[in-house]
Amino acid sequence: MFSNPLIYFVVIPVIMLLGLYLSRSMAHIRTVAVTGSLCLLGLSIWLLVDYLGLRAAGAEGAMLYRGDWTWFSALNIKLSVGVDGISIAMILLSSIILLTGSFASWKINPLPKEFFLWLILLSIGVFGFFISIDLFTMFMFYEVALIPMYLLIGIWGTGRKEYSAMKLTLMLMGGSAFLMLSLIGIYYNAGLDSWNILDIAQADSIPHSWQYFLFPMAFVGFGVLGAMFPFHTWSPDGHACAPTAVSMLHAGVLMKLGGYGCFRVAIYLMPFAANELAWIFLILTGISVVYGAFSACVQTDLKYINAYSSVSHCGLVLFAILMLNTTAMTGAIMQMLSHGLMTALFFALIGMIYGRTHTRDIREMGGLMKIMPFLAVCYVIAGMASLGLPGLSGFVAEMTIFVGSFQETALLNRVFTIIACCSIVITAVYILRVVGKLLLGPVQNEHHLELTDATWWERTSTVTLIICVAAIGCFPNFFESLIRTTFSADIFKVIGM
Amino acid sequence: MNPIIPLLILCLPLLGFLVLGLLGHKMSHKAAGWYGVLSMGTTMVLAYITAATYFFSNDAAFITEAGNRLQHIIFNQDWLQFTDSLIIRLGFLLDPISALLIVVITTISFCVHLYSLGYMEGEKGFQRYYAFLQLFSFSMLGLVVATNIFQMYIFWELVGASSYLLIGFYYTRPSAVSASKKAFIVTRFADLGFLIGILILSYVTGTFDFTDFTSVQDGSSYAVALNTPMGILARFQGATFMGCSLLTWALVLIFMGGMGKSAMLPLHIWLPDAMEGPTPVSALIHAATMVVAGVYLVARLFPLYLMEEAALMFITVVGAITAFYAAVVACTQIDIKRVLAFSTISQIAFMMVSLGVARPEFHESLGYMASMFHLFTHAMFKALLFLGAGALIHAVHSNDYTAMGGLRKYMPITHITFLIGCLAIAGIPPFSGFFSKDEILSACYQQSWIWGAWMSMVAGLTAFYMFRLYYLIFWWDEPDYGHHKPHDGPWVMSLPLVFLAAVSCVAGFIPFGTLVSWNGVPYHIHIDWMGVALPSIIIAVAAIALATVMYRKKNSLPEKFAKASCGLWTAAHNRFYWDEIYLFITHKIIFNGICRPIAWFDRHIIDGSMNGLAWLAQRLSITIRPLQSGSVQAYVYIYLFGALLLGAITTACVLL
Repeated sequence: MFSNPLIYFVVIPVIMLLGLYLSRSMAHIRTVAVTGSLCLLGLSIWLLVDYLGLRAAGAEGAMLYRGDWTWFSALNIKLSVGVDGISIAMILLSSIILLTGSFASWKINPLPKEFFLWLILLSIGVFGFFISIDLFTMFMFYEVALIPMYLLIGIWGTGRKEYSAMKLTLMLMGGSAFLMLSLIGIYYNAGLDSWNILDIAQADSIPHSWQYFLFPMAFVGFGVLGAMFPFHTWSPDGHACAPTAVSMLHAGVLMKLGGYGCFRVAIYLMPFAANELAWIFLILTGISVVYGAFSACVQTDLKYINAYSSVSHCGLVLFAILMLNTTAMTGAIMQMLSHGLMTALFFALIGMIYGRTHTRDIREMGGLMKIMPFLAVCYVIAGMASLGLPGLSGFVAEMTIFVGSFQETALLNRVFTIIACCSIVITAVYILRVVGKLLLGPVQNEHHLELTDATWWERTSTVTLIICVAAIGCFPNFFESLIRTTFSADIFKVIGM
Repeated sequence: MNPIIPLLILCLPLLGFLVLGLLGHKMSHKAAGWYGVLSMGTTMVLAYITAATYFFSNDAAFITEAGNRLQHIIFNQDWLQFTDSLIIRLGFLLDPISALLIVVITTISFCVHLYSLGYMEGEKGFQRYYAFLQLFSFSMLGLVVATNIFQMYIFWELVGASSYLLIGFYYTRPSAVSASKKAFIVTRFADLGFLIGILILSYVTGTFDFTDFTSVQDGSSYAVALNTPMGILARFQGATFMGCSLLTWALVLIFMGGMGKSAMLPLHIWLPDAMEGPTPVSALIHAATMVVAGVYLVARLFPLYLMEEAALMFITVVGAITAFYAAVVACTQIDIKRVLAFSTISQIAFMMVSLGVARPEFHESLGYMASMFHLFTHAMFKALLFLGAGALIHAVHSNDYTAMGGLRKYMPITHITFLIGCLAIAGIPPFSGFFSKDEILSACYQQSWIWGAWMSMVAGLTAFYMFRLYYLIFWWDEPDYGHHKPHDGPWVMSLPLVFLAAVSCVAGFIPFGTLVSWNGVPYHIHIDWMGVALPSIIIAVAAIALATVMYRKKNSLPEKFAKASCGLWTAAHNRFYWDEIYLFITHKIIFNGICRPIAWFDRHIIDGSMNGLAWLAQRLSITIRPLQSGSVQAYVYIYLFGALLLGAITTACVLL
């Protein structure tokens, strides 16, 4: 079992938990968190390189690094692992955000040990989810990732934290209920006595009549986490009240669980229904894209602006996945990567600004460029990435999505593609509004003049994220080909499109 | 051709941006400034070498035996692959117009770099300013050498962003912040059209590459043969949308991108506000380079536009209306930079009209050559005028002509060079503007006398408002300058002025027809003295004479004139209320009519129904809570009731 490298994505966090148990001071806790997440990052980079090497050497199969270990034989539940290009991209994203999140919570107070405990538990769920290919264990890890959120927001949050934590958890649990029904339905109707995604997809044996029923449930179940309209309202409140690192992980990684699940479970396993019912969700996600952007235009709380912008950007992810063609789906995964990185950057910066000014209301701030130039410049870069400036990651992802979506000739797809394109203008409006009000112009509050610029751990966190955003933006073909080859070779063969 | 030199043309400014942007704060002002100037100077020399090689080397890659110029791709690197055929590449395309444009851009950019050493001296954020200038130059160069339409779009966006940064350079001024925001958002809106146009075009043709749009098999020239059934046109056949062919839609939408960047009506509103940026920036971006990107875009896709007369007609009409509108407004502005801004809009509209009326039937698309010629000459004399205006503003610390007057005595160099610029733009021979404007007017007359007469009238207005400006600044009445009399700037500011003035004097004699034509076939231009040139000179001289009468000495004529114009003057002074209309649409309709209701809907209806669900669950549990009261008696009652009920049901079942 321990010869499989993937298992270490779960083992390392468990060791981190042990280390955390033994830590006696803040320094120890930081050491554990940073060393552990560095190990995870190293492992995921190694995995990427090794994966590309194996593929280049001609390794066949939809997934590599396969491993199966029986867990509960009466119900055929196994711990099955395996990764392809998409999961590797997601794992890489998660480890980067975990690392930067650890730096961003350098001075977390109170109860630092407990905070990191839940944060690491959450990351076990995230990594477990991305490496699993057994529906049951996948769902288990999914739940492991969701529950710590309740405590993280409820204890370390700000504002109406209890309300938000409750709302977030209940709404996501509601999604999980649909999801579980759907997963059990898939298991029984596929008739394979197996929870393995690859086997079920290969057999394609779920009756079409059942697919009509199971597909929407699975899609909505994951769609709730992907902030799909009208199930997105947990996101603004949840993000606004969450502590910095939790916002980062949540928007950066957890929301990607939704998109990834929509693709890996709903569409991959039930391609027939996906083709037939895509139009319903296309309309909903198309609305998400412009709706989120318009809502963001009038918000005054920095985190609300960003949360609505996430609704818009994540809507684009689901929108592109539903186009069911290689280019658009590649774009969707790129958008997940891109959005994960830049939104984590945004939340990190907002947390740092909030930590200094103790307000997130843009009406009460102004001219921060003069006071904290480093943070302000980073904020502008994040904004530029968000509004799709070439050379940063947002542009690449959005353009791939638009070009891919436009290849679909159906009128509905065309119309909604054009509507989605409009988001590039609205995004520019709300990003520049914030930049103009918050960073530029005269200083609003004289007390802010005494504030300091970023500390070294804050710089580490933001610079790492900016480098990643710029790397994707400047050399997109590396990432795109990693994802595109996964789609064209292995997945569309199965779906038969 | 060795790809090293073209590569360096792109990389040096990019490197300059990175160095100055990341390490600039560690450098002194002097070091940063001179580094920028040297970097741009080197780029300029390399661009000259490249252009000279292209035009004059007789290399078989650039020119055929018969003397037809060819398009040549120097390098083309895959950057992002969407599908098997749709690939974004970053490359370097050398053809007459790109060779011309790299010369224009690097020249103006170098002048502005040098000039800024004096103009921006001691400003806070000096290094940042130079970093942005380098970024802009990089983006603009990348735009003009694009080998495919998506590369153009990428750099198009980068140009927009660097323009945003430069307009908002004085970021503590609220007016600069809102001007930069406005510029970015308006051009972004236009880019939405550009993007959708690209999507349509690439979907139908399956390619982004310019050379695929233009090349033909026989190798004699690179323009499309219009009626080949195998050509691009065939792929569009049959597909229509709302009565127009898809190609028309694509081309008009792409032109919308050009309207945004080139400030055509009704997307022109950002350009006058963009004058909030430092004046050298206005000279570089908002006069000579970025704003002509729209013209360049149309010229680049000209073979495609030729297939759709409707799209060209649209361009002509938009251009003609804009030219007139901007010229009228320019006659009434007080801020000298705004006069120049409206003049720029008007002149760019000239180029657009010229492209719009160009047809292969008339003198091998004379209008195409004329617009590129005017682009070149206009870049030189408009940069000259802007830099001159910068010198004036530097000297008197105000943008308004009301603070100037009689300056010819104090600033001789600025005076002479500014006068040359005015003569050039007014179209007085032998200055360069005469030649290029003459070609445009000829092209217009060949299409239809209506366009010819219309544009001649606008040319007359141009001469009038430029000399109005000239007299108000250098003659008119002298205000009290106090102890510090205004004087010419340092040599770094005067040198670019003198250089550009010299170019403006001689550029008209360049045999442009042999260098630039729409399909690479050279031809000789001749000036139609009697038909076009002489009348336009007469119009210009008359307009100048009128300006002389009205503005040479302080008098009450202008005021009387304004009063007699029945509100026209006020309307023009307020730019015909375009800004108010836009403010109404964006603020009242979009912000208050769409954004706010959506945000309210989200908070109260969508979120409200979620909260309602939670409330319902809570009510439900409160309702049934008394059942679990903990009191044994109550349980016994319930138990008894239940047992009796069950018993009754059982009995009923047994009995019935």
